[in-house]
Amino acid sequence: MQAYVAKRTLLFIPTLLLVTIVIFVLLRIVPGDPAVMLLAGGEAGGEENEYSQEQLAELRAKLGTDKPIVIQYAIWVGNMARLDFGTSFFYETPVAADLKQKFPVTLELAILATILAIIVAVPMGVVSAIRQDTIADYATRVITIAGVAIPNFWLAILMIFFLVLIFGWMPPIVYVSLWEDPTSNLKQLFFPALALGFSNMAFIARITRSAMLEVFREDYIRTARSKGLREAVVVFRHALKNAMLPVVTISGYEFGRLMAGTIIIEVIFMVPGMGRLLVTSIFHRDFPMIQAVIVLITVLVLVLNLVLDLFYAWLNPRIRYT
Amino acid sequence: MSQDRGIGAIALPGPPEGGLRPKRTAVQNLMNFFRTKPLGTFGAFVAVILVFVAVFANVLDTHDPYQIRPETSTGNKVDVFASPDPQFWLGTDHLGRDVYSRLVHGARISLYVGLMSSFIGCTIGMMVGVASVHFGGITDLSVQRVIDGMMAFPSLILAIAIMAALGSSLNNVVIALSIIYIPSTARILRSQALAIKETDYVLAARSVGAGDWRIIIRHMIPNCFALFIVSVTIHLGGAIIAEASLSFLGVGTPPNVPSWGGMLTGASASSIKLAPWVAIFPGLAIVVVVFAWNLLGDALRDVLDPRLRGTG
Repeated sequence: MQAYVAKRTLLFIPTLLLVTIVIFVLLRIVPGDPAVMLLAGGEAGGEENEYSQEQLAELRAKLGTDKPIVIQYAIWVGNMARLDFGTSFFYETPVAADLKQKFPVTLELAILATILAIIVAVPMGVVSAIRQDTIADYATRVITIAGVAIPNFWLAILMIFFLVLIFGWMPPIVYVSLWEDPTSNLKQLFFPALALGFSNMAFIARITRSAMLEVFREDYIRTARSKGLREAVVVFRHALKNAMLPVVTISGYEFGRLMAGTIIIEVIFMVPGMGRLLVTSIFHRDFPMIQAVIVLITVLVLVLNLVLDLFYAWLNPRIRYT
Repeated sequence: MSQDRGIGAIALPGPPEGGLRPKRTAVQNLMNFFRTKPLGTFGAFVAVILVFVAVFANVLDTHDPYQIRPETSTGNKVDVFASPDPQFWLGTDHLGRDVYSRLVHGARISLYVGLMSSFIGCTIGMMVGVASVHFGGITDLSVQRVIDGMMAFPSLILAIAIMAALGSSLNNVVIALSIIYIPSTARILRSQALAIKETDYVLAARSVGAGDWRIIIRHMIPNCFALFIVSVTIHLGGAIIAEASLSFLGVGTPPNVPSWGGMLTGASASSIKLAPWVAIFPGLAIVVVVFAWNLLGDALRDVLDPRLRGTG
C-alpha cells in the first residue's frame, strides 16, 4: 500500500505542473498585450484611450509582463503556492479575496447536487436491478438515457419556467450564506442543485443498477440465499454493500464534471459562485482571475481524483497490483 | 470477432474470399442494421433529417434569421416576443427575430460545429495516438503525460479557457472543441494501435523496409478506422451540447449567429413567462438531436466494435 501511495502521489506532481503550464501558455497566446488592453480600455470593443509609452512600460513592469515568459511562469506558480493569486485586472483587488468569497458557494452547490443525486439514484438503481425487466426497470432506464441527453442548462431553464409559472417563484436577488441562515440558503440552492445533479443522478442510477446485477451473480449471494436469509437481508446487507463501492467512487470522479457544470447553473439561477465569476471575468478579459478560477477548479478535481484512487485501492487491494 | 454479431452499415473487412459465408452487399448490410438496431435506426432517421434541414436551411426558413424587428407594431401586433402565429411559426425573440428561421439555421451551426470539431479532434487524436505507439519509448511516455495533463481538466473548463484566449467566433468554437477531443481519442486509439503494432502485417511491412510514415498511414491508421468512426459519432452529440453550452454562456458563437445554445441566452426568469417559446424550442431541438445521435452512436459502436460495448 505504501508503495502504491508513493507512486500515485509522485505521478500527481508532474500532472499538476502540466496543468499549470497548459493554462499559462493558453492565456499567453492571446492576441494582444494585456497592458495595452488595460490602457486602451478594460473591455473588448470599448473605446480606445490615449496612453504614452512611459505609461505602457510602467504598467508592464507592474503586471510583470516585461519579464521573460519562463520567469513569469515561475513567479506565478511560486505565488500560487503561497495562495497569492495576483491582482484582478478589472477590479484591481486581490483575486484571493474574491475566490474566498465565491469558492464555498460553488463547492456547496456541487456537494448538494451530489447528495441529491445519490439519494434519488441509489434506490432507483436498486429497484431497477431487483425488478429487472419490469415497468420500474424500463422507467429507470428511460430516465437514465434521457438524463445524459438533456443538457443541464435546458433543464434549468425548464425548471425556472415551471417554478415561475406555477409557484410564482423568482430567483432571489440577494444570496444568503449557509452560516447566516441555513434554511433560506438551502431553499435558494435546492433547485440549482437539482438541475445540476440530474444528469449525475441518471449516471449513478445506471451504475448502481449494473453493479447490483453483477453482484447478484456472485457466489456469496447464492450462498446467502441458500442458507435461507430473507431477501431484504440479501439485497441490503450482502448485495448493496458490495455494489456501493463503484457507486461511491464514480460519484466522486463525477464531482469534477459537476464543478464545471456549476458554471452554467450559476449563470441561470444567478448564484454568485465561481462559475459566474469566471464568465464575467472572460468578458472583462481579467486574466489573473480566469487563471486562478481554472487552476483552483482543476487542482481540486485532481486532488479529489488522487484521494479517490487511494481510497479505492485501500478498499479493493486488487487495484494496487495492476 | 465482429462478423458473428451482425454487420452494420459500414462494411468491415469481411471474411476471406470463399470463406465461411458470402460477403453481403451494402444494401443488405443496411437492411440488417435496420432490423437488428431499431433505436439506432431511429437515430439515423433523425440524423438524416438534421442534415436535410441544415443543407436546405435557406429554402426552409420563412424569414431572414438575422433580421431584427424594432419594437413597433406591424398592423396591430408587436414584433418583439410575438407569440407563435401564421407569420412567425414559433414566435419571435427579444429582438423580434423569427425563432423558427433561427432554429432552422441553427441546425446548420450545430451540425457544422459538431461534425468539424469531432472530426478534426478525432483525426488529430488518432494521429497522436498511433504515432506515439509507433515511435514508442520516450516519445510515447511524454505524449502520455501531456495527454494526462489535458485530461485533468474538466472538458467544459478547458473549452472555456481556450475560448477566453481566442475570443468568440464560430471557428474558434470548432478549434476549442477539437482540442478537448484530442486527448480522449488519442488514449482510446493508442490502445488499439498497441495491438496492431504487434500484428504480422506490420512486421511484414517493416521487414520489406517500409518507412515509419508508410507503416503509420498505410497499415496502422486504416486498421484503426472502425474505432475512429465510432469516436467521431460518439463525440458529435457531446460537441453539439458543448457548443450550445459555450454559446449560451456568451463565450461561443457571437450573439447574432443563430446557434441553438445562443438562442437560449435570452431566456431568463423574467422573459420566460412572457415568451416561453424562446426557451422551449431550441432546447427541445438540442435534446432530440443529441438523444438521437447518441442512439445512433451506440448502435454503430455495437456493430463496428463489439469490444467497446457498454464502455460509453
